[in-house]
Amino acid sequence: MKYYPTIGIECHVQLSTKTKLFSEVDNDARGKEPNSCVSPVCYALPGMLPRLNGEAIKYAIRAGRAMNCEINAQSRFDRKHYFYPDSPKGYQITQFYHPIIGAGYVELPSGTKIRIEHAHLEGDAGKLTHFDNYSLVDLNRVDTPLIEIVSMPDIHSAKDAHDYCKELWRLMRYAKVTYGDLYNGNMRFDVNVSLAPEGSDKLGTRAEVKNLNSFRSVERAVEYEIARQTKILEAGEKVVQETRGWNDATGKTTGQRSKEEAKDYRYMPEPDLPPINLSRQFINDESAKLSMMPSDYREKFGQTISTDILEILLDYPELMETMNGIDEKHITMIANLFTSVLLAEEKSVEYLNDLPDTKKLNDLAEMNEKKELSSTATKEVFLRLFDPQMKGRDTKTIAKELGLIQENDLGALEAIVDAVLKKPETKKAQDDFRNGEEKVIGFLVGQVMKESKGKANPSAVQQILRDKLK
Amino acid sequence: MKTANKTVTATKLVKDALGKAKHFKEYNIFNYLNEEGALKKAAEIDERIARGEKVGKLAGVPFAIKDNYLSPEGETTASAHILEGFTSPITATCVEKLLAEDAILIGRTNLDAFAHGSSTENSYYGPTLNAYDKERVAGGSSGGSAVAVALDIVEFATGSDTGGSIRQPASFNGVYGLKPTYGAVSRYGVVAMASSTDCMGFFTKTPEDMDLLMSIATGQDPKDMTSLPDFYEKSEVKKVKKIGVVKDFDNDSVNVEIRDALKKKTEDLKKKGYEIVELDMPTLKYALAAYYIIVPAEVASNLSRYDGVRYGFRSENSKDLESLYENTRDEGFMPENKRRIMIGNFVLSSGFYDAYFLKAAKARTLIVKEYEDAFNKCDFILTPVSPNYAFKLGEKVNDPIAMYLEDLMSVSLNLAGVPGLAVPVGKTKSGLPIGLQLVGPRRSDKALIEFAKELK
Repeated sequence: MKYYPTIGIECHVQLSTKTKLFSEVDNDARGKEPNSCVSPVCYALPGMLPRLNGEAIKYAIRAGRAMNCEINAQSRFDRKHYFYPDSPKGYQITQFYHPIIGAGYVELPSGTKIRIEHAHLEGDAGKLTHFDNYSLVDLNRVDTPLIEIVSMPDIHSAKDAHDYCKELWRLMRYAKVTYGDLYNGNMRFDVNVSLAPEGSDKLGTRAEVKNLNSFRSVERAVEYEIARQTKILEAGEKVVQETRGWNDATGKTTGQRSKEEAKDYRYMPEPDLPPINLSRQFINDESAKLSMMPSDYREKFGQTISTDILEILLDYPELMETMNGIDEKHITMIANLFTSVLLAEEKSVEYLNDLPDTKKLNDLAEMNEKKELSSTATKEVFLRLFDPQMKGRDTKTIAKELGLIQENDLGALEAIVDAVLKKPETKKAQDDFRNGEEKVIGFLVGQVMKESKGKANPSAVQQILRDKLK
Repeated sequence: MKTANKTVTATKLVKDALGKAKHFKEYNIFNYLNEEGALKKAAEIDERIARGEKVGKLAGVPFAIKDNYLSPEGETTASAHILEGFTSPITATCVEKLLAEDAILIGRTNLDAFAHGSSTENSYYGPTLNAYDKERVAGGSSGGSAVAVALDIVEFATGSDTGGSIRQPASFNGVYGLKPTYGAVSRYGVVAMASSTDCMGFFTKTPEDMDLLMSIATGQDPKDMTSLPDFYEKSEVKKVKKIGVVKDFDNDSVNVEIRDALKKKTEDLKKKGYEIVELDMPTLKYALAAYYIIVPAEVASNLSRYDGVRYGFRSENSKDLESLYENTRDEGFMPENKRRIMIGNFVLSSGFYDAYFLKAAKARTLIVKEYEDAFNKCDFILTPVSPNYAFKLGEKVNDPIAMYLEDLMSVSLNLAGVPGLAVPVGKTKSGLPIGLQLVGPRRSDKALIEFAKELK
């Protein structure tokens, strides 16, 4: 029997708001001491009350609209109870009954649409580090705003699972709601996989793989689960509904030893926070702040940039924004420079933070087109445009300073050509050419280039030589 | 109330208060006496008065706070073992406002642990005794604050009222006790009992003092998102004409002396020209049941943070995380705390939520509606505060249901969010105070206090 996989994905996105979801304390704990970004509210002192960060609401609206989702005018918070030292309040404040983000969809590069069931706002938990006989608690991450995005069971392959996660990552960064640093857990994926006999309209028993933090691990975990579950089903056994952990080193999922009984979170409406009521105007104003999304760029550049290059560039919202300002005739060239030169450069991460304005890039392409810059020189000047020390200088100045501008002035070139032709060592080559030996033109062009110290435009030189040696 | 001036110094007021607090030590009123701090602040205020500087509206007035209000003075224990050793770095908004008007904090008063109870017998530190009869309970949960005012140790004291915890002890000790409109006074910095019904209020000796305190303590607090925009001073005090009495409360389960007191007061009011309206409020009989579902649910949730990990008491007998939680919470909570945690977790558990919590929430909506309807027929409602006057220590401690029935007439106000003022109206033949409860629509607090003068 053939089995058909169905995959649902829950994705947690940490929002990059200035302060936390429920108190005015620094939300950016990157590189900070453990427990240094903690308010009395995060710490759950007695008598502390959550205060909702309005900025997070705006982020949620943008994130929702980026996924073509309805934004619910009224939403509410609920408490989800569990005891663990990463949860100082003893409950997580989430949106169980009335989430802020309703149904929508995400379109994959392949064109497949994955529907979004809903997405909700919630506070993150702290972090525990375990040692032999003790554990340390870091509450810096407590109440960092998260949105949890819940997909419909529309994914049916490991590749689509990978592409869906990657597209979400892109959308969240285009919506400017997260740093999107996967290594540091800014986005985390819980993937549930089930198999059903092909043609069946019922879903099989699912296993959930939690806390994946790369697209590659999502893809591999799904592949592994499909293989594992197929084997079980083919042996006539049953898949156990359980949470499984992913081991990146072994490439396997393993059942996590947790208590057998289903967890009861005892959800309850959060009485400390009034319901959120959003006006249409407020939702529209915030939605309007969204700039172009990956799908918009695909439509805009699909004809001019090759799919491979475009899909690479789409990982960098900053570059795509810059592409918007590039003259149409230069788009292919600049796109190629971005992928083959900039992204190959060691300092590209640094450079991406401060891109040169589009005029400089357009000027560069223009100079290349006018043959003022050779293709090698173009690449060199291109990289210098990103150099912080070159800030404030225009493209031409940089090219001049580097002595890379090609000599296109025909009068000046003629003079150089004449000087070269007068040299006795070129005599034989001139004769050979006149006798029909085409190849030696290369030698003569080389001599002129040498004389011009590489600044001459080689094709112009060749034209002059041909005229003179007629 | 007496404020400090050039002739009566703050130091004298504070010394008197501290002296009385010590004199009445056997009543077990205070969990902590702020002697040094109070005298220091009194000296500062006296200096400012001597220099002719401006001082606050409560200059030098000694006051007490219920020991569930956070402040750095002494440990904030909520009379619970599990908070032992906890000193707050934070001051509750309400206390901050009182201190800003130069009132002087004398001490922290006893309560039923985490405000769970109606007699202050559930305190880890033992019961507070009734101001009028040392063999009887102070009422609760704000028993210590009520007795501190009744024995004239302080001019006023703070309390918290989740289901009667200010009004009932006020009536048991013959003082005024106000449960304001929900959200009128910030809850920030007060150990939470049940978030959707907790109200911060006061015990005073006169309606005038209550009015002054409310004008200071009310107003929106950015730290409490459920606090109301300032309405207190702005609310108009309209002419009161009609007073409602609830037929359903006039039955044999209410002590006859209390029923008589209510009848006498309504007669008086009638003579003064007020119209007495009989109200049918059949939904109120469900209030106690709804209350004992919603409140334990919120209690169980709010008490989750006391786990021995970060502050307060931690059991020494723990070998792993599980036993740390179990032992700390087992040793740290009082039986009544545990009872409510268990009820709360039960009604919230999956499969029971709809049958209990959701149903109670619906009943609550009906109760809100019933009060709205009632206030279309009358301006204020006059009821008993509780079915009984102060009972004997130990009398109900082993009968939780009998104890819960004490809240029969007070809890519906908390579910509806409307204000209620306990007004002392007389004494029983045996000399124990009787209080009646004035109930008004939301945001009518100022008018309610004003009208209380009519009941004197």
